[in-house]
Amino acid sequence: MAKMNMIEAIRSALDVLMDKDPNVVILGQDVGYFGGVFRCTDGLQRKYGEHRVIDAPISEGGIIGAAIGMGVNGLRPVAEIQFADYIYPGFDQIVSELARLRYRTCGEFFSPVTIRTPCGGGIRGGQTHSQSPEAIFAHISGIRTVMPSNPYDAKGLLISSIESDDPVVFFEPKRLYNGPFDGDPDKPAISWVSHPKGEVPEGYYTVPLDTAEIIKTGEELTIVTYGTLVHVAQAAADAVGVDAEIIDVRSLAPLDVKTLVDSVNKTGRCLVAHEATRFGGYGGELVARIQKECFYSLQAPIGRVAGWDTPYPHAFEWQYFPGKKRLINAINKMMEAA
Amino acid sequence: MTIVARFEIHYSRFLDAEGKAVGALPAFARDPGELVAMYRGMVLTRRFDAKAVALQRTGRLGTFAVSLGQEAAVIGLAAAMREGDVLVPSYRESGAMLWRGVTLEELLLYWGGDERGSDFAGPRDDFPVAVPVGTQALHAVGAAYAFKLRGEARAVVAVFGDGATSKGDVYEALNFAGVWQAPVVFVAVNNQWAISTFQGFAGGERRPFAARGLGLGIPGIRVDGNDLLAIYSTTLWAAARARRGGGPTLIELVTYRGGAHSTSDDPTKYRPKDEWASFPLGDPIERLKQHLIALGHWSEDQHEKLEEELKVEVLAAWKEAQQYGTMTEEPFLDPATMFDDVFAETPSDLESQRRYMLEIEGS
Repeated sequence: MAKMNMIEAIRSALDVLMDKDPNVVILGQDVGYFGGVFRCTDGLQRKYGEHRVIDAPISEGGIIGAAIGMGVNGLRPVAEIQFADYIYPGFDQIVSELARLRYRTCGEFFSPVTIRTPCGGGIRGGQTHSQSPEAIFAHISGIRTVMPSNPYDAKGLLISSIESDDPVVFFEPKRLYNGPFDGDPDKPAISWVSHPKGEVPEGYYTVPLDTAEIIKTGEELTIVTYGTLVHVAQAAADAVGVDAEIIDVRSLAPLDVKTLVDSVNKTGRCLVAHEATRFGGYGGELVARIQKECFYSLQAPIGRVAGWDTPYPHAFEWQYFPGKKRLINAINKMMEAA
Repeated sequence: MTIVARFEIHYSRFLDAEGKAVGALPAFARDPGELVAMYRGMVLTRRFDAKAVALQRTGRLGTFAVSLGQEAAVIGLAAAMREGDVLVPSYRESGAMLWRGVTLEELLLYWGGDERGSDFAGPRDDFPVAVPVGTQALHAVGAAYAFKLRGEARAVVAVFGDGATSKGDVYEALNFAGVWQAPVVFVAVNNQWAISTFQGFAGGERRPFAARGLGLGIPGIRVDGNDLLAIYSTTLWAAARARRGGGPTLIELVTYRGGAHSTSDDPTKYRPKDEWASFPLGDPIERLKQHLIALGHWSEDQHEKLEEELKVEVLAAWKEAQQYGTMTEEPFLDPATMFDDVFAETPSDLESQRRYMLEIEGS
């Protein structure tokens, strides 16, 4: 086992698969010579050549559209969209083509494209470098939506995503790249070195898609979350002193409903948390499914903590971010309910 | 075979890399009043950039995009515009915005994360900074169409980089402008680098970016982007042509991004540190300075005095901007304002989120 941060784990996944399968190619802006603005593809062009690690023109629609064609013609493209905030020019290609290619040809054509894209706030990126648009993609039938919260899962899930014959939108919470983040921006940053999920095998392994993970077992309350908030939720539960079961959804669509339902039926309480805006957010789907399957076990209404329904403000990042205070408040309210 | 169309791309340059005239100069090129004002704008742009980078480094501004090396481009295109024209910038045109009447304080507010900085007191019709690459080119065409519809003799000047020429939005904008014969001047600032991507990745080495509109009926001209005289004169011509109904133009300004892409970028990872020094088109400020000195309208002493004067001006603007509140020092910005202007009138659901935010995050 090696110690890796999330950037190294992602790079390692790409390296392992490029080595294993000559059809795996990477394309995106600044991914080649430079190695990506977050360094996730650093060194890969040197190792595998310009024809397999491709510096693309600035055109997200072009990158994704071209990747679809590559995928149909036997390659296994991994497209990097530099920030999730810039994925929208490629949206038509994802929704109208990538997601439906298999369906509209009775399985004759498919394109196993993986789209990697950093998401989320916490790096002072303002409106155009902080968004969490996962709900928009989870809403589309025919693509898988994945978001790891740690290096081990990032590598295992990325390998599964690239090997999957389904298209995958793979969100990387950029605040977690260099270390787990408990929601307190004033504390010195911690690295992944001392975190158990920073232990990452150097070779090939997979983490299956469609599975949620119970990060910590507990009896009093289930917190269903993903991405950056996995770590914040843990810190909030510890601060309250509640025995919470924390579930990292990680594969947003398709969703592992059973793990969620079993947990909430056990604890009787559920809090859903994500960084994205609340209205029409992915949390709404989680709440609906859990409510239907666990209604008679619930001792309190299902709680929901999310970003405010505004664009991500540049100046008020930490008042916007659904941090510890809001989670603690929601946990307390939930524990007070009879 | 019959030739059905033939195209040419002209190159415009008045001063050589040392600032010496390469041929006959237009009248304005000998007018100290106009030239010194533009020179001042260029030096102010560089001074503002340096201050903004220093403020970002100490945590007082967010990510900032410098325009080092592109001062002639931004001042030349802005100075050629009339008051009633509209500027549609990307994010590297601080100098053009300043020239158009946006204040130093407003720019500092904007880059400090305070959206009030995009509510310009001066050029009310100019567009705010556009960060998502190339999107603004289409807005420019729409604005230009509105002028045409209303019969107003006004031009729109849209600015984007060499990287943005790869975006569908930019191709679409060129096509719309061609079809509608919209009064718009597209300025493609070819500064050689789109973050780490050399302009060749956008196809700039095959044909000049100025040629991108030819197939759509848009004349293109390539300009020495470090020669203020050429930029100013070309934009004057294109804007006048647009105003009198002559349709769109695409101007390519060949320049060099002297600094990093942004304060988050480290260009030493992908290009030689001293590459700018060997860029054949020189330093735009130095070139205009040599021209002014040769005309007897300027001196190194005056330059030093101007630098000092502008340093004081920029510092005073920062002091003024601080009065509005900052992210890091008192007076702090009021977080309650984050719910303003999401909609024309804030809906009750957002009002209740605002109250809850103040209750929980205000403590």
